Amino acid sequence: MKPVSTPGDATHTRPSMAGHLQAWLPKLVLAPSVVITLCFIYGFMLWTFVLSLTSSRMLPSYDFIGFAQYARLMNNERWWVAATNLGVFGGLFVGLCLVLGAGLAILLDQRIRRENVLRTLYLYPMALSFIVTGVVWKWLLNPGLGIQAMVRGWGFESFDFDWLVDPDMAVYTLVIAAVWQASGFVMALFLAGLRSIDDSILKAAQLDGASLPRVYWRVVMPCLRPVVFSAVMILSHIAIKSFDLVVALTGGGPGYSSDLPATFMYAHAFSRSQVGLGSASAILMLGGVLAILVPYLYSELRSRRHG
Amino acid sequence: MDSVIRSRTPMARVWRLLLHATLLLAALWYLLPLAVMVLTSIKPLEEIGAGSLLALPENPTLAPWLKAWGSACTGMRCEGMSGYFWNSFAIVIPAVVIATLIGALNGYALTKWRFKGAELLFGMMLFGCFIPFQVILLPMAQTLGWLGLSSSRAGLIFVHVVFGIAFTTLFFRNFYVSIPDELVSAAKLDGAGFFRIFWRILLPVSKPIIVVSVIWQFTQIWNDFLFGVAFSGYGAQPVTVALNNLVNTSTGVKEYNVDMAAAMIAALPTLVVYVLAGKYFVRGLTAGSVKG
Repeated sequence: MKPVSTPGDATHTRPSMAGHLQAWLPKLVLAPSVVITLCFIYGFMLWTFVLSLTSSRMLPSYDFIGFAQYARLMNNERWWVAATNLGVFGGLFVGLCLVLGAGLAILLDQRIRRENVLRTLYLYPMALSFIVTGVVWKWLLNPGLGIQAMVRGWGFESFDFDWLVDPDMAVYTLVIAAVWQASGFVMALFLAGLRSIDDSILKAAQLDGASLPRVYWRVVMPCLRPVVFSAVMILSHIAIKSFDLVVALTGGGPGYSSDLPATFMYAHAFSRSQVGLGSASAILMLGGVLAILVPYLYSELRSRRHG
Repeated sequence: MDSVIRSRTPMARVWRLLLHATLLLAALWYLLPLAVMVLTSIKPLEEIGAGSLLALPENPTLAPWLKAWGSACTGMRCEGMSGYFWNSFAIVIPAVVIATLIGALNGYALTKWRFKGAELLFGMMLFGCFIPFQVILLPMAQTLGWLGLSSSRAGLIFVHVVFGIAFTTLFFRNFYVSIPDELVSAAKLDGAGFFRIFWRILLPVSKPIIVVSVIWQFTQIWNDFLFGVAFSGYGAQPVTVALNNLVNTSTGVKEYNVDMAAAMIAALPTLVVYVLAGKYFVRGLTAGSVKG
């Protein structure tokens, strides 16, 4: 990259200027993205944090009141409903997606003739918008016309499936729809992992007389630990960000029984003129993501360093 | 390990049958919502109240589709989904092109012109993929106002580019890392410059990663709802926001068939992309996750 110039060369300034430009070009090309990232991600995060320390209501104001908004949040029943819901929804969503995804991947890995078709069918929901998913499941779960009505029509008159309108159960409808959408993706992750395992390990285990379930549990699953790990990361990340699905499927209702932090934040910051409180809840969401992300990045970096 | 399963004992046959039955059942569970959506969207309203979810339409009709497209009410307006459908394209196409271009150049600069601190810069940008967007929503709304971009398509394009370059940079960086440095250093010795090397050496081999990046960005931006609802007023709304408004507009009788047709309209572009380029779609999904 250094310009070739011999001492005493009369024209040596020219190539060296061009050389300087060449050396700076890569940085120049990256500069806009770096500036954008600094301003619009890090700067805005800081800005939101600052807002969370103010008494802002409808419009941002810079009247600082310390951590009072966080204290209000801690005493806000609706926030606790949203946070608890995230625990229930996130736990079930991640767990069910893993079980279903790993199960389907193992079954699909048994040399199925129509594997391509099946894989396509399992994965297509991931291409849809959560709004579309929410609209469809709202229709399926509609007690009067959906699945409940259909099963009752088959003669099971006492069949009840009205979770959508039941404040205690509404959050589980979110789980159903989200698992429907994302489990195929986990299947794809696991299938890719399974295909990358060396066949000879499995052969050796079978020669030792291990039964098939045992081989999977003892030999295959440990090999898939990185896959499980990334799947958990991605799924919990989807869970924390879940906003569209709630808006389209339950609207956070009945009442605010199926609120999640993302809808809580939006409602307070944009519709209920509580910019300060909304900002505080956004910062707590960021804290949640960091709690998941930091161990992940740490282990990624460590594994890279150790080859 | 299929040797064990394939041996022709009766036990193995039963197990094989069970295996196929389970897989088929799973396929039905994934297909059910799509099937119901299509069936409902071509039924007249009377049949929906009378028959069950999965009943085939007795008098199939395209009227719900036409209404969803051209005259259904989305909030105050009753012009159907068509305007918003094209709106989404008008937002998605420029945003995808710009973000992919920037991502390609970034990935190239980060891998083939390594300088001190490049890894740190990349890590910093990567972080942008993971933040919950709620944390930037309020400042962004205010900034768009200052820039005169609020409630406009240009504003949405801007936002999607800003949050898209983290992903596109990631894609291209990981792809270019695997391209031998020797090719580039030889060209450097020959005196080729930054852009010339990009144009002549990197770009010609980038087709697969361009496809991955374009498909990923297309699906992400098309399916976006949060930015769409937070930053767009009337006129600039994308199709997801319009769909949500249409479903929640209550004027008189609830027309479920129109709702489902509208949902299909909003879903079709990404479904088509998935069917045509599923392989690349999966690669995009896993690129950011499996290994950096």
